[in-house]
Formats: sequence, structure tokens, C-alpha cells
Amino acid sequence: MRAYLPEYEAVSARSLVEALTLLAQNPADARGRWQPLAGGTDLMVLFGVGKLPAGRYLNLLGVGELHGIDVTPSHVDLRALSTYSDVRDHQVLQREFPSLVQAAIDSGAIAIQNRGTIGGNIANASPAADTPPALLSYDAEIELVSLRGARWLPYAEFHTGYKETKRAPDELIARVRLPRLSSQDPERQQFRHYYRKVGTRRAQAISKVCLAGTALAVGGQLVKPRLAFGSVAPMPLRCPRTEEVLAAGPLDAGRIQAAQAMLSEEIRPIDDVRSSAAYRLRVAQNLLADFVAAALTPRPA
Amino acid sequence: MQQLRPAEQLELKLHVNGVSRTCTVHPMARLLDVLREDLRLTGTKEGCGEGECGACAVMVDGKLVCSCLIPALQVQSAQIKTVEGLAPSPESLDAVQRAFIECGGAQCGICTPGMLLAAHALLERHPHPTELQIREGLAGNLCRCTGYTKIFSAIVRACEERS
Repeated sequence: MRAYLPEYEAVSARSLVEALTLLAQNPADARGRWQPLAGGTDLMVLFGVGKLPAGRYLNLLGVGELHGIDVTPSHVDLRALSTYSDVRDHQVLQREFPSLVQAAIDSGAIAIQNRGTIGGNIANASPAADTPPALLSYDAEIELVSLRGARWLPYAEFHTGYKETKRAPDELIARVRLPRLSSQDPERQQFRHYYRKVGTRRAQAISKVCLAGTALAVGGQLVKPRLAFGSVAPMPLRCPRTEEVLAAGPLDAGRIQAAQAMLSEEIRPIDDVRSSAAYRLRVAQNLLADFVAAALTPRPA
Repeated sequence: MQQLRPAEQLELKLHVNGVSRTCTVHPMARLLDVLREDLRLTGTKEGCGEGECGACAVMVDGKLVCSCLIPALQVQSAQIKTVEGLAPSPESLDAVQRAFIECGGAQCGICTPGMLLAAHALLERHPHPTELQIREGLAGNLCRCTGYTKIFSAIVRACEERS
């Protein structure tokens, strides 16, 4: 059934202060607090089928402070309303954060990529979202703002459960920060990126399993490996115990098997409309082995 | 049933296919419904209504979007292009439209307006697209009749004709 329009109220914020002022209000009536609305590629899908909760929606697209990608020598800041198209077209991101660019390319199709935003993808907190594993694999940080002030969190701490996050109702995600390796840093030559989404088709399909991985490849070993999966737990998931197994020594068949065994303890895949728990576990383990093989493959000079 | 209060309506100004239009709509009304029902531009079709099929694709401020996913308040003062705005005049068609007819790229027609808009967006970005770019540019548009091959051929033919 269609959404019933009179149950909704919506306004456009013209500045960050105006947006935060409305979000700080706590109206006593049934419509309740203002909820942020950005590119609409999640909320409007629910709206179209009459499943978006009735209430107040605050359009953020007119808030200039939340648009743009800022590059400094030490990091790249994606402001919250950066779209997937903004990400995939950005040259620094293409060069230094290819997993995030691939996640943007693999999200929806062009018309979705033109609207969907990084901030919205994170705030919507779907465990199947495609950019969170990439952001986790790059040790992203996230800035939350409210009238009370601003605070930074490691992105790995942001998701706390199924569709649960540390964002308070009066807060907005302002930006996501990706740390850069300087061009002089010797680690830059050793840094490896891996991103792979497994779904029914390339475009539009929501992931069955997704893995983003980074590591330093040093003499047949992986130093500081980072693994982040989508669609295998109630939230996007870093797998630190599996990372430890991978980092503990040379990557022979035994170590890869041990890492796959640890992975089966660390992830919590379920049966749902898109796949089964058993398939997801098997594919996650295969992706892990594929990541190791790809990371250890010498790069063309 | 409770009457909608006037304060909950939006005076929406749009520039659709180069013409200024004004209508009074609910701020959460979908752009798709505003185009079809308020402005009577019924070329834009509703397929899934969930952003999956691309039948409702239009250009907003030069970017391809699904009009079913856009609430009216997000397009205040925007430039909109719909399938009605592709042909240079009421008596003629543009190169892509002609090529769709010549190559059999349209059968039942429901996906065609969205396909044409996606093709339009593709050719603005890549005037001479590779096959991969064509496939990616149209990946968000579903067709249940043609099997896509004739649609891809139509885009290739339109590029040849234009150059």
C-alpha cells in the first residue's frame, strides 16, 4: 500500500545550524522528532511501499556545509552528502582508496549513485551496505555534530547492532575521514587493497557477502591486515581475530585454513531472502583466501 | 478523514524541459507523481516504485535519477528533463529515439522512456561509449521484452549517426 501523505511532514534545512536546531527539538506530539533525509535511496524506497514510519522528515540536501570532498596531506574528508558518483569520479580516491571507489561503483546503478550519499549509507546502518566494509578496511573515522558540539569516533565503533549506531537523535554525521599514506611513506608501496561484492548481478543487487581488505605485503607475509565484511553479521564487521591469525606468520595453506576457521567463529551469517547462512560462510571463507592470494601477488612495476 | 492543512502544502516551482511550471503539492509527494499527475507528463512511467527498474528515470539538474525516490521538496527550483523533452520538436525525434525504432529497441514500451533518459545521460558523459560503458550506463534499467541486445544496438547506431 502507498504511503498516506498527510501522515508526513517535511521541510528543507538551509544551513547546518538550522538542521541541527530542528534535530534538537523534541516535539511532544505523535509525529515526534525530525528525522534526517538525504539522497532518499533507502528511505524513499520504504516510503514508496508505505513502510516509512509516519512523522517528520528533514531534507538535508540544501545544507552546503555537508557537501564536498576535502583533501589534505594527511587525510581525505568525505562530507556526509558526498554521493557515490562524487566518490567514483574523485581522482585521489581512485588512486588511494580504490576499494571505496569500487564499493561506490557496485552500489545500485547510475541513477542511485547520483543520489545515494556516504552519510546516508552509514546512518541507514544496513548490514548489507557496500561502502561500510571499504571504510572499515581503511580505518575511517567519523565526525558527528549537534548543537552540543562535535565528536570524532573510530568508524569501527559506530555500528553497535542491527540498524543501531552511536548517532544520537540530535546528531548528524558531518564527515568521514580517511587517513592517507604520504607519498614518501615506504609502506605505500606495500599497501594492498581488495574489494569484492558477491550478489546476484553486478548492478542493483544487494550483496550476499562483501569483503573489503587491506594489508601491507612484506616478504610473503601480511602485516596489519584489515578485514571488513558486509552481510555476514547484524552490522558491517571488522574481524580482528581473523586478522591476527593472518598476521601471525607465513601464509601457507595451514595458516589460511586456520584463518578461515577463525572467520567462521567471528561472523554470524543468517538465512534470509538473499542467501543462506551456509552459502555466506563458504563464500566469506573463499573471499578470505582470494584476498590473501591477491594481496601476495606481486604488483607490476 | 482529516483535511490536509494548507501549511503542509508546498508551492513547487520547476523548470521542466525548459518550461517553468508551478504546482501545489505535498512536500513528500514523489517527483514521479508530480510529473504524471500534477503536470500531466505521463511519458515517465512507474515500474517498481522502489528504485530498481529505472522506468521512472528523469534528469534532475543534469543528473540521471529515479523520480520515484525523490520527494517534491528536494526538487524545488530544479531543472528537470523528461522523455517529453528529448525530441527537438513535436514533429521529429532525436537520434537515440530514431535508433530505438529502427533497431527494435522498444517493444511494450514501459521501460523505453527510462532507457532513453539513461541513454541520454550516458551519451552526455561518454559521447562514444564502449560496450561496457553502454552496459553499465543502462544497468539500472530493466526490460522484460527485448533481451537488451537491440537496445544496445540502438545506442551504437545513434552514436554512429550523430558522428
